[in-house]
Amino acid sequence: MTEKIIMEAKDLSLQADGKDILRGISLQVYPKEIFGIMGPSGSGKTSFLRLANHTFKAREFSTQGQLFVLGEEVLEGDVAIIPLRRRVSMVFATPVVLPSSIFENLVYGLRVQGITDKHVLEEAAVKGLKAAILWDEVRDRLRTPAKKLSGGQQQRLCIARAMAMSPKILLLDEPTSGLDPISTFRIEEALKELKSKHTIVLVSNNTKQIARVTDRCAFLLMGDLIETGKTGQIFTVPKQRKTDDYIAGRFG
Amino acid sequence: MAATAIQRKEKLIERIFLLIAFSSIFSLFIIALFIFAEGLPLIWKVGLKDFLLSTRWAPTKGHFGIFAMIVSSFWVTIGALLFGGPLGLMCSFFLVEFASDRLRAFIKPALELLAGIPSVVYGFLGVVYLVPLVRDYLGGPGLSLLTASIILGIMILPTVISISVDALVAVPDSYREAAFSLGATRWQTTYMVTVHAARSGIITSLVLGMGRAVGETMAVIMIAGNALKIPLSPLDPLRTLTSNIALEMGYASGMHRQALFATGIVLFFFVMALNTIATVYARRKRIK
Repeated sequence: MTEKIIMEAKDLSLQADGKDILRGISLQVYPKEIFGIMGPSGSGKTSFLRLANHTFKAREFSTQGQLFVLGEEVLEGDVAIIPLRRRVSMVFATPVVLPSSIFENLVYGLRVQGITDKHVLEEAAVKGLKAAILWDEVRDRLRTPAKKLSGGQQQRLCIARAMAMSPKILLLDEPTSGLDPISTFRIEEALKELKSKHTIVLVSNNTKQIARVTDRCAFLLMGDLIETGKTGQIFTVPKQRKTDDYIAGRFG
Repeated sequence: MAATAIQRKEKLIERIFLLIAFSSIFSLFIIALFIFAEGLPLIWKVGLKDFLLSTRWAPTKGHFGIFAMIVSSFWVTIGALLFGGPLGLMCSFFLVEFASDRLRAFIKPALELLAGIPSVVYGFLGVVYLVPLVRDYLGGPGLSLLTASIILGIMILPTVISISVDALVAVPDSYREAAFSLGATRWQTTYMVTVHAARSGIITSLVLGMGRAVGETMAVIMIAGNALKIPLSPLDPLRTLTSNIALEMGYASGMHRQALFATGIVLFFFVMALNTIATVYARRKRIK
C-alpha cells in the first residue's frame, strides 16, 4: 500500500441475500482526483460505495478480497466504523436534508463529534457552504428550515454538510440524478473546485457526466469490472468492446 | 333495467351503513346532551365561579365547590405523565431504533397486553404492594398522589408507546442513513434526528396518555385516598373528578346528583381540550 493510493479494492467480491453483487473488483483511487464509477443500474456501483463507508445494508452479506480506505482494511470485523464515516462522507442520490435549519444541517456532523464551540461550528458551516457553491444563495437565511430550499439547493446542502466535516474522501451516489440541468451544472462546478483539496468518488449512470467531471473512471457491468483507466482514454479509445457499446448508448 | 336495480340496492346498503356509522356519533351527542341538561342548572344556581373555584364540597349542606378535585385531577395527570412519559418514550425508542426484529416481535404484543388488564387489577396491585411501600419508606398514608401517579404512569404506557412507535416508524429511513453517514451513532441519530422528525406524533402520544390518565377512575379510587383537599405534597391523599362521581353516585339525589353531572361537564372539557390538542398536533404532521 503506497502513499499515492487513497482507496484500493483488491479482488473484491460481494454477495448479498444470495446474489453476486460484485465479482473480483480491483481498482485504485488516487488522492485529489475525481474517480468516476459508471454502469447500468444494478451493476453494484452503489454497493461498492456503501462498503467503503460501512453503510451497506442487507440482511446477510459476505465479502472476499480486500478493500483499503485511507490505508485501512475496512472489511475486517474490528474496524472503527464511526471514525471511518467521519473521514469518508457520503451523499445520496436523493437529497436528504434533516428536519432542522440550514445551519443545523451543516453542523450536524460536528455536533455528533461533541463539538459545541460556536466559532468552530460557524466556520465549518461557512466552509461547507462555500465548497458546495451555496454560500451566496443562503448566507442570510441560515436559520430557515432546510426543507424550504429547492431540490438542487438541498443536494448542494448535503454536499456542504459533508464538506463541513472536512472528510478525506467524498463519496457521491448519483448526486444529480433527480436534478435539472442547471442544478447539475452547479454541482459539477462545485466538484471541480473541491478536487484541489479532496478526493471524490462519483457514481453515476450518466456517462456524459462521468466524461465531463472525472479524471479517471471505471465501468462496472453486472458486478464485473469491465475497464478502468483515465477518463479521456476510456471515452476515446476504450480497450473493451462492452465499454464502447455502453458509452455509445448501444445498451444499458 | 337490471343495472338500475343493482344501483338502487347499492344506494340502500350505503344508506344503512351511513345510519349505523352515525349511531355512534349520535350516542356521543346523547351523552353530552344528558350531562349538560343535568349539570348546567346546578352550575347556573351555584354560579360558575363558586362551583369551579371554591374548595368547599359538602353537597348535603349545599356547598358545591370542586376546586380541590380539579387541582387533584391536574396533578395526578401531570404525575402520570412524569412517570409514564419518559418510560414510554424510552421504550418506544428502544423498540424502533435498537431492538432486533425478533425482540420487537415479542415485546410489542406484550406491551399491548398491558392495555387489556382491567384497571381494578392495577388498583389492587397498587393497594397491596405500592401503598405499603410508599407508607413505610416515604411516610404519609401511602394512599397518595405519588402512588396514583406511578400506577397511572404504568397504565398510560400502552397508549404512549403504541402511538409514539407509529410516529417513529413513519420517519423515513433516509434520515437515519444520512445521519449515520455523517458519523452519528445510533443514539445521536435517535435524539437529534428521528425524535425531531417524529415530534408531532410523540406529543400526540403524550397528550392522549394524559387523556387516559385524567379519565381513569377505578384504580385512582383504590390508591389515591380520596381525601377532599388540595394535595400539598406528593404524599398527600387526593380525590379526582372521576373518583368523586363514582364514589358519590350511589347515594346522590337532587342537587347533589346534579353537582356530580356538573363535575362530568368539567371532565368533558378537560378531555375535549386534550383531544383537540392531540388532533391539532396529529394534523400538523400530516400537512407537512
